[in-house]
Formats: sequence, structure tokens, C-alpha cells
Amino acid sequence: MVGLPSRHRSLFLLIGVVLLQVLLLAVQIKRDSQGRLIRVWTVSAVSPVQRSGSWGVGKIRDAWRHYFALSDTARQNEQLIRENGALKLEIMQLEGKSAEADRLAALLNFKQKQAKVPMVVARVIGSSADPNSNVIYLDQGQRDGIRKNMGVITPEGVVGKVIESYRDTSQVLVLTDRDSGVGAMIANSRIQSPVGGTGEPLLNMKYVGNDDEVAVGSRVVTSGMDRIFPKDLPVGVITQVKPGGQYKQIRVKPSANLEKLEEVIVLLTTDPVVMKQEPAPQADNSSVPPGSASPKTAPQSTSAATNAKPMDKRP
Amino acid sequence: MNETYDLRFGESHIEVHKFHAGTILLSLLIAVVLQSFLPVYISKAGILDLPLLITIYFGLSRRNPSTGLLLGTVIGLLQDSLSKTPLGLFGISKTIIGYLASSIGARLDTEHPAARFALTAAFFVLHQGIVILIQKLLLAQPQPWFTMRLLIACLVNATLGVFLYYFLDRLRKT
Repeated sequence: MVGLPSRHRSLFLLIGVVLLQVLLLAVQIKRDSQGRLIRVWTVSAVSPVQRSGSWGVGKIRDAWRHYFALSDTARQNEQLIRENGALKLEIMQLEGKSAEADRLAALLNFKQKQAKVPMVVARVIGSSADPNSNVIYLDQGQRDGIRKNMGVITPEGVVGKVIESYRDTSQVLVLTDRDSGVGAMIANSRIQSPVGGTGEPLLNMKYVGNDDEVAVGSRVVTSGMDRIFPKDLPVGVITQVKPGGQYKQIRVKPSANLEKLEEVIVLLTTDPVVMKQEPAPQADNSSVPPGSASPKTAPQSTSAATNAKPMDKRP
Repeated sequence: MNETYDLRFGESHIEVHKFHAGTILLSLLIAVVLQSFLPVYISKAGILDLPLLITIYFGLSRRNPSTGLLLGTVIGLLQDSLSKTPLGLFGISKTIIGYLASSIGARLDTEHPAARFALTAAFFVLHQGIVILIQKLLLAQPQPWFTMRLLIACLVNATLGVFLYYFLDRLRKT
């Protein structure tokens, strides 16, 4: 650099730094490495701040709710009493519907089965520094038994999967991320197809042929084909169906509120979770449990769900 | 050492600003931490790119291309480390933005809010273009060039930039 004209030094420095980083990118792609050491340092440095921030925000929010935001309490109380009355009426109506009762029974049964799966509750302490990706950080990591490729859920449905696990922190790729995907099927018709993120709040169901009947409002559940999530966990509800070139364009609204995640459940196993198969309740077709109907599988979806890395499509 | 000094291009005089010790490092760390922390509580905050705004501001203020590009490199690599992206994606893009911001800052007066808004918007679009180009060419990840979200993010970041820069101006040595 000494012999270079001073006005060109910065330009040469720019070229050098950019070339070094291109080389760094190339090495990562070639060796399928993600620069783990640098990431560990950065995450180790940042996660205590995130943890403290999360604690601080929680304290401030609690203080605000319990000491300063009481002016609305009386009004909220009246509103809750009204809502409570309306809910009681609704419960009475629900109790009269045997189909709904069957569905609840199936859900209860499913929850009991799920209780056998080892799991840990973790708190969300951060998200990706990349505005274009949907990644969150949890406050538990390898010390709590969390490993790469473990499934992450909430009681409402699938959240994503662990893509990196550090000592006290883990990184989760959320279902709405462009690189994310999960083996799924439509609950009533048992048509199987991967569901993937688009970077938007809605998900995309990819390989359902134009000839298949798909109704808006149908529930989408996990198929278990990705060997990460147990079968029949809620993924979302179909909100839009359009005919496409070869496959239908199906948009799915996630069951879990992926934009406001505060606590999640990590399934502490990377082995496929096999659920006990039981006969289906007859009343509600939309919640047929596993094993009750022969699965109708879109040809492309089977291979996509079994051969690909379901939650991670990075090269 | 002088706290401020003038660059002279023809007849124009452009002041180079200095900051209190640790200001740049602290701003950099706060930006990266907030970038990964805010969206947990405010989901819409994911649209912000605070590390980019910091890169642009200090590039425009310091007006030294070498410093600007190295600052961009550090911020970009930190952002990469806290993302799922391969190391270098944001590193390269922010290196280039840091260099360009410093070079432009050395030639233009960028103190007026309108100029800052326009420059931030332009740098945001350029930054996004570089990121997408790298993803397409080097990582074989097809990405759309334009989305409505990108346009909204551009306007939001440029607007926030004007207010953030005004605040950061207070941290300059006088």
C-alpha cells in the first residue's frame, strides 16, 4: 500500500476487503461451514445483553401493568364480566354440538400423547439481525439438552426448528422464513405437501395438484414425514386457494402467532416422534386423527418431504 | 489534534466531524443489539436496518473512505454473525455502503435533512440491491428484486435516519 497514490489507497482497501469477504463466503459454501467460531463469539457477547434487556423489559412491563396502568382496570373488569357472560352462553351452545365435543376429545387425546415427548419451555430473547429473515433466539441451549434440528412449537402450533445450538442460547428458524418448510397435510383430505415460508406472514403449500379438491378454511397439520415434528400438530388454516400452472397456489395462515412469540416449547428429540394411532371420531371430518384414513399423497410432495431437509433449504 | 477540520474541493469547504471516544463503537453495538432485540417486542421493527443507518451516518460524517469501509465491514460481519446468513453477505454490502457514504460525504454537504433523507433512501436501495445480487450470484438463492415491503422499508428507514442522525449530531465534538 505504501507505493500507491494516497487517493487510490481507500479504493484498493475496498477491493481487498470485499475480495476477502467473497473468499470467506466461498469457503463457507465449499465446506458447508457457517463460521461457527465468529458466531459463537458474537452470540456469547450479545446474548447476555439480550437476556438483560428481556429481563428489564419484562420488569418494566410488569411495573407498568401492576402500578401505573390501573386506571382502566374498572372498565376492563366490566368488560370482562360482559365477555364472561357471553362466553358462558357460547360454552352452552358448544356443549350441544357433538361434533365439536368429538373434536375436543381428539385434541385432548392428542395432548396426552404429546405429553410423552420430552420437551422444554424456553423464552424468546432475541431475533435475527437480518431484517429479511425470521430467526429467533431462545434463552436455553446445549446445557438444557437443545440440539440442532429439534422441533419448536407452541400449544397453538408449529413454530420452526433449531438451526444452531450454543451453550446457553439456541437459534430457531421460524416457519415464515423463506428457507423454512415443514412436512404437512390437509387434515380432512390427508393430501400431503410441504408447507414453506415466503418471508410474509402467510405460508405457502407447494405441491397440491390442480385436480385435488382443497377448501378454504381447511386445517393443515404436520404429516410427520419430515421426521422432526410428530404427526397431526396444527400448522395453519388455508386462507386462499388459486389454480396455478401445475400446482394450486395455496396460502396458509399459521396456527401459532409467529409474530408475537414470547415462550415456546422445544421438542427435545431429533428422533422421529411416533404417535400412537387410534381410530377416528366419526363426527368431524376436519379433525381426523392419524391412521383413520388412507393418506392421499401428492406424488411430488412425498419425495420432497422425505428426501429434502424439510425445515432448511439453504444450499 | 484538531477536533474538526476542513476538506477543500475547489471553493467548497466540507467539515469533517469527530466524535467523543467510544461513541462509534457504542453506537455500533447498540444498533446491532437493538436490531436483534426490538422485533421480539415490536414485530414491525423487523423492517428497520439500524446497522445500515449507523454505517451511513458515520460514513457521511467522518468522510474518510478507509474508515467508512472498515466500519461497514465490522458492522456487516456482526450482523451476519447474529443472522442465519453466511458471513460476508452483509459484510460486503455494508463495506461498499460505508465506502460510498464516506466518499460522497467528502464531496457533498450532507447536513440538510432533505439531503440525508434522499441519501439514506438511495443507500438503502443500493444496499438491498447488493445483498440480492450476492444472494443470486454467489449463494444461488433466488430473491425478488423489488417488493412492496422493500419500498416501505426504504421510506421508513430514510425517515428514521433523519431523526437518528439529528440525535447522533448531538454526540459530535464541538
